[in-house]
Amino acid sequence: MEYAEKNTAITGIGQSKVSRGPQTKSPLSLTIDAALQAIEDAGLKRSDIDGMACWPGDRGDDGGMGPVGVPMLQDALRVHVNWYSNCSETAGQFGAIFNAIGAIAAGYCKHVLIYRTMYQATARKAGLTNASFQPGQKAKGNFAWYSPYHAYTAAVQQSLYFARYVHESGIKPEQVAMISVNQRRNASLNPAAVYRTPITLDDYFNSPIISTPLRIYDCDVPIDGATAIILSRLDCAKDGPNPVLRLEAVGSSMRYRNSWTQLDAEALATQAQPHVAEMMWSRTDLKPKDVDVAELYDGFSFHTINWLENFGFCKRNEAGDFIGDGSRIALEGELPINTNGGALSAGRMHAYGQVHEACVQLWGRGEARQVPGDPRVAGLSTAGGPLAGAFLMVRD
Amino acid sequence: MTQTPSTGLPRPTPQLDIDTEPFWTGGKDGKLLIHRCQDCGYRVHPPTTFCPTCDGRNVIPEAVSGRGTVVSCTVNHKQWLPGLPVPYVLAFVAIEEQDDVRLVTNITHCPAEDVHIGQKVEVYFEQAADIWAPLFKPVGA
Repeated sequence: MEYAEKNTAITGIGQSKVSRGPQTKSPLSLTIDAALQAIEDAGLKRSDIDGMACWPGDRGDDGGMGPVGVPMLQDALRVHVNWYSNCSETAGQFGAIFNAIGAIAAGYCKHVLIYRTMYQATARKAGLTNASFQPGQKAKGNFAWYSPYHAYTAAVQQSLYFARYVHESGIKPEQVAMISVNQRRNASLNPAAVYRTPITLDDYFNSPIISTPLRIYDCDVPIDGATAIILSRLDCAKDGPNPVLRLEAVGSSMRYRNSWTQLDAEALATQAQPHVAEMMWSRTDLKPKDVDVAELYDGFSFHTINWLENFGFCKRNEAGDFIGDGSRIALEGELPINTNGGALSAGRMHAYGQVHEACVQLWGRGEARQVPGDPRVAGLSTAGGPLAGAFLMVRD
Repeated sequence: MTQTPSTGLPRPTPQLDIDTEPFWTGGKDGKLLIHRCQDCGYRVHPPTTFCPTCDGRNVIPEAVSGRGTVVSCTVNHKQWLPGLPVPYVLAFVAIEEQDDVRLVTNITHCPAEDVHIGQKVEVYFEQAADIWAPLFKPVGA
């Protein structure tokens, strides 16, 4: 069996200014900034782009979650494509990448422009846009099951998974805290991060509890910004200026009940990650010990903690001890994680910040935050209840 | 910390359809209605008309005892909207009859920090617009 992802590679990356506002650019303009950078970085011209994808697409609301759909960006850039897709119902936020692998395998495209744009910092200033529901609203879909219970945001909804994990694992709060403390340290070395002032354990424990056991430092930061990558067919990637970053294996499965409320009992504490990791590892000869840098989804700190276990870096319920005093997951540790500060400190880019950063690290562009030892293999993931996706990327 | 019972902001409510209406309105008659396969007895939630265990299509709402167990809970302290009383408890409750039927709910009638995983709870209902929201309280509270 030849797995199609092995015939694709990331060839270029771009990122707009990421900020908490005030804003001088529209969401589309930020997206153009990221897209043009990525195209140039890959050594391509606009006319070379023959596919486009994003997650989640144009949401058609004012919340800033999905302000720029593919048609809007495609028309702005005046590119001609053989295939394009928005895809909000996929294996987490990487669905756009996984679908693009298929489009390349199908022979539709050679170079796919993939992006994620957020405008949540500005949107929040304009209203209650971080809330899933409003008083008097009629809620629809899967989240409607939460609607009468004052479960207004992902923070309170998803704390139910965090609480269950704490119950099953016995992880200590100071071990949880080290995710935020370590990532803020990484962000202090990243000029593009939104929060760069280091924090201590005391700062963590003095911060407000949002919904037990979740504190504000466990939450990612809504921002305005856009990230773009170019996914290319492997033979075309070899023509580019950058060392080839080949996709080695993906995990896109959903083998649990696909529901925020009815996720299988065995997955309440782990979220839908274990089967995703199983699929990914079944498609490669690499092992967890081969991963040099891990960029693990951190919409909330416990997503990252779950992934440390479910990716196979440590055993089930042992992430607390694995994290320990934070030295193992630090930049100079045996498994550096979320090296740009992650969504907790660099800003919420729904795992596309992580993809950008994995490329930065594998290309040796990390400057003050560069992981030592010439990293060649990156592990990446997305998360959130039933949402999960993962992949490995290698510099051969 | 004492939690304010469910008397604060008007609850948002779900858009009802033919499948979900019995669940959300059974409380009018004091009943927690969960769809059940009439062939094999499996309870199907969220409610619909297909039984995934026996392929049966005769799946209809049926009252359950209203007792359940807390499988996860969180004490929300953040006032997401003006006028929202905090703290309050959001929980997943598995119903006594079948533990893969899991309801999102609030647990009231006790201090928020007393709610815990494994706790036995029982249903009561509160009307909000056109629904009767199933809420839970400790057994006997």
